[in-house]
Amino acid sequence: MTGGRLEFRDARRAAALRDALARATTRPTAVMHVCGSHEQAIAKFGLRSAFPEQLDVIMGPGCPVCITDPPEIDEAIALAQQGVRILTYGDMVRVPGSAGSLADAQARGAKVETVYSVAQAVERAHGTKDEVVFFATGFETTAVATAAVLLAGVPPNLSVLSAHKYIPPVMEIVAEMPDCRIEGFLAAGHAATITGWGIFDAFVTRHGLPVVVAGFEPLDILAALVRLVDMIRRGERAVANMFPRCVTRDGNTHAQRQLWQVFRPIGGQWRGIAHVPNGNLRLRDEWAHVDARRRFTIDASSLRQTAPPVLARQCICGNIMAGVASPDACPLFGTACIPESPVGACMVSSEGTCRIWHEYGRVPRLAAV
Amino acid sequence: MCLGVPGLVVEVEELTALVDFWGAKRRVRLDLVDEPVAPGDYVLNHVGFAIRRIPPEDVQTTLELYEQLMQEANARDLMTADVRGEIAGTSK
Repeated sequence: MTGGRLEFRDARRAAALRDALARATTRPTAVMHVCGSHEQAIAKFGLRSAFPEQLDVIMGPGCPVCITDPPEIDEAIALAQQGVRILTYGDMVRVPGSAGSLADAQARGAKVETVYSVAQAVERAHGTKDEVVFFATGFETTAVATAAVLLAGVPPNLSVLSAHKYIPPVMEIVAEMPDCRIEGFLAAGHAATITGWGIFDAFVTRHGLPVVVAGFEPLDILAALVRLVDMIRRGERAVANMFPRCVTRDGNTHAQRQLWQVFRPIGGQWRGIAHVPNGNLRLRDEWAHVDARRRFTIDASSLRQTAPPVLARQCICGNIMAGVASPDACPLFGTACIPESPVGACMVSSEGTCRIWHEYGRVPRLAAV
Repeated sequence: MCLGVPGLVVEVEELTALVDFWGAKRRVRLDLVDEPVAPGDYVLNHVGFAIRRIPPEDVQTTLELYEQLMQEANARDLMTADVRGEIAGTSK
């Protein structure tokens, strides 16, 4: 456990924010954030120990690796088994599909490689005659990068298997869950850098829940929570931007144009959560020539016929990502499921709730406030 | 990862910039950033792409979190490892 070591540069402000949060929380209140980096900061800096007891800050579906649906991973595995070279972001390799991961396929001799950037995938494709498929995952922050490389032009042996996801629609799904007790959302600062905060206006109107855009500094997160809880208490249904140094109302419209030139939103399953209307990003018809789903016949049916391992059936990742269970409610957490041998996706990724809690402990001491 | 890393632009050549991240210099693409970028600017880098030019008055505040992470002694620390991975341009 390594949490709680932060020496706040401004200890007085941290203490003031902690007190303000305690004052604002006058009754049991649950709020959700949707970003692995927020959870990392909350856990690493021990912020939960500064939260009032009545305030529950829950991580929702904010880990892009975790919400990639097993059948999407099966598609990548099937392609790899057909002899195609698969390039993808690091954590994706270990995430289980219906019956095994890309790492398992690699161990059986398939060509699976990790890259840091889709730009690197382009470089690798230039250096080989093999058919190369970039298994594209992540939210709007990585989807814009995929869009940019396609617009700039890619070698003929590169195609894209898109499992990109779009965050705003899944907030609607969580808000509509019948047993949802979430009364407000923290939106992730850097995704909002792309989309702008104005995109959340429609959500607020539809669901009557406030949204606060938050940065990643521990003090940013505390300040955003004070604002959010205060808005909930006063019944203020609006969007507040507490990260103005990165986020504007309209966001990065230049990047948005590229995103929507290349992708269109379609409904799709998010692992363990639900079918999310408009939650998946697929290549538009104009990009059929670089769409791996159209270039290849992908038959993953044999992978789905294999029953998932017994342990995987006990995994409650879906409930954790939907915000209705926490990792310590899972019988496997920290025992049968650990970072070295993860059972569920949430223990694989450095942005997964289980991995973060396992690393930092649930409520590490906030030493310096 | 969602966090991204800020860095100092050293030189610009068409749609790429050479960016200094705590001493590590890397090429970053400028296809997505919505403002002109020049040497001396700070940009926020996500998976090899600048997604925002950081306004000069906000640079110091933006760097503070990363300064703390760069001083983290525990090499296994998740958040620090993500940031260092992004700087090194290595896959996790």
